[in-house]
Amino acid sequence: MSEQGVWALAWRRFRRDRLGYGSLIVVVLYVAVMIAGAAGWLARDWNLEKGVSFAPPSFLGPEGAESPQLAKAAEGAQPVADYGIADPLAPDLAAIAKNLVGAGAGQARAATLPFGGDKWGRDVLKKALKGTQTSLVVGFSAAALATFLGTLFGALAGFRGGKVDDFFNWLYGVFTSIPYLLLVLAIAAVVNQKGTFTVILILGLAGWTGIFRLVRAEYMKHKVREYVLAADAIGASPARRMFVHILPNVSHVVLVQLSLHVVLFIKSEVILTFLGFGVGVDTVSWGSMLAEAGSELLLGKWWQLTAATVAMAILVTAFSLFTDAMRDALDPRLK
Amino acid sequence: MAAYTLRRLWQFVPTLAGVILLVFFLFNWVGGDPAYLLAGKIPNPETVANIRKQLGVDEPYAVQLWIFLKQVLHGDFGVSWSTNEAVSNIFATRLGPSLTVLVPLLLISTILSMAAAMLVAYVRGSLTDRAVMIACTVGQSISILVYILVFQYVLAYELGWFPVQGWGVTFRDNLLRYSALAIIVGVAVSLAPDIRLYRTFFLDEINQDYVRTARAKGMSEPRVMWVHVLRNAAIPIVTNVLLQLPGLLAGAFLIERFFGIPGIGREVILAVERSDFPIIKAVTVYVAVATMAVNLLADLLYKAIDPRVQLK
Repeated sequence: MSEQGVWALAWRRFRRDRLGYGSLIVVVLYVAVMIAGAAGWLARDWNLEKGVSFAPPSFLGPEGAESPQLAKAAEGAQPVADYGIADPLAPDLAAIAKNLVGAGAGQARAATLPFGGDKWGRDVLKKALKGTQTSLVVGFSAAALATFLGTLFGALAGFRGGKVDDFFNWLYGVFTSIPYLLLVLAIAAVVNQKGTFTVILILGLAGWTGIFRLVRAEYMKHKVREYVLAADAIGASPARRMFVHILPNVSHVVLVQLSLHVVLFIKSEVILTFLGFGVGVDTVSWGSMLAEAGSELLLGKWWQLTAATVAMAILVTAFSLFTDAMRDALDPRLK
Repeated sequence: MAAYTLRRLWQFVPTLAGVILLVFFLFNWVGGDPAYLLAGKIPNPETVANIRKQLGVDEPYAVQLWIFLKQVLHGDFGVSWSTNEAVSNIFATRLGPSLTVLVPLLLISTILSMAAAMLVAYVRGSLTDRAVMIACTVGQSISILVYILVFQYVLAYELGWFPVQGWGVTFRDNLLRYSALAIIVGVAVSLAPDIRLYRTFFLDEINQDYVRTARAKGMSEPRVMWVHVLRNAAIPIVTNVLLQLPGLLAGAFLIERFFGIPGIGREVILAVERSDFPIIKAVTVYVAVATMAVNLLADLLYKAIDPRVQLK
């Protein structure tokens, strides 16, 4: 028993929390989807137009001939030859079409898809899976950036005190006097560039303040503790005391904050992308799916909205419950 | 109290200077030169030079900063780059619609979530409590976009209870007809996080000694909850609502955009889409000032309500 480290003890406490443990399994599954998507094992062909336009989910069966125009357009019906003359460009067009469509060429479009198709007949399920990859990559990377900045600034401010502390407090005051989403939008407006990397940068640079405040308070508490004074006495440098001695002792705070911010940033990415300031058009995200779903809903095509909503809700719920369980396990006094 | 207020006001100066520097850094340095954006698809050098001169971005940075500083101090942020409307005029006309939606929204959501939070805190640990908490967690995990899309589709488009979007002329019409659905969606979105937060406020109070004393001397449960616990828990709740206000003013942009409410939030989105920097700069500075003012107000209010609070 006495041999066990603090992390092993926390893990034992965590294991006993069934809800938290179940949430962890869900989160791990999502991470597996992210890795599989990034490696190209899963949903690589999300961009292919496999089905007819707005193909309904398979469990509903194919759509009746209620919209013959749409069906015709999807089949690529030839216009009627009104004037009795052959289209001189027809062979060329056919050749171009054949080259363009690639894998989809030749074979007929499916009437239904596992969970329906979007306007262009792309598989909604695959889009949701690929969107998971985008959201998680953005969430984790932005949270890592924000946590790095917040921890570094907080450590410097809390440990050094004096002028350094004044400076970072001033910076904190400036950043927190502008509401988070407004700051994100303002940065998006000046950067005026879409892309996954840009989104990560925007969210990370705007979102470090909460972590800074907590880490600073922890450092102020820890820097006068005996183990830090002892480290000072044997000649450990300030940097060593900050990052080798104190950091492991405040890492539970950092870890919980990292986890909380993943959720915050996933939600923010969805809104940014929805508004058109997020990831690029060649990337699918839950935000871009919701943007398309708005007009689809008016046509009664609810599946894209459902797929994106459910995929996101399960992840965010599991992640929040996991974070709560992790906080309880790491700091049992809180409970 | 007066000395404290003065000191706090004096502390606004460096923070406001920081906000001005940050906004300047973002829009004049990083954002740089939008002349090419505004000059159209095929810019000729002369047009671009003219636009640059008109916007004042051909000046050295020091001069630009001086101009911006004068703008902030005069409260005059020039004209919109895309519509030539005076920025001050945009704010004056858009503030009304924003408040028409926000004030009822905040009132209703605060009252509802306070009542629900008090109830679940009272029956803490029970099945009801846990069910509500899980429902809140799930409700919070659904994007605000989905709430808007689904509510708008079902209540306005399918059932026709509300106009899908729009804005009228009279205040009565706007409040009761056009804002109603926006307010409902706003309340639905804010219920889950608010109930969770306020529940912790109530739990903090329920475990206090004075509650035990009140019960021990035979006070009825409703009186303990409604008079003693509620009054003490209301302090952090009111502060929280106050602190939310400046953020909401610009942050309600999704709701304003979807329901066609000509408020400040929608103006922000439009400005971001059109790279209309004067508007975004002005909103950022105004909202920052409002945030600082509200923070001070909240601290003073705290002191007024609870005399034990020491202001330093």
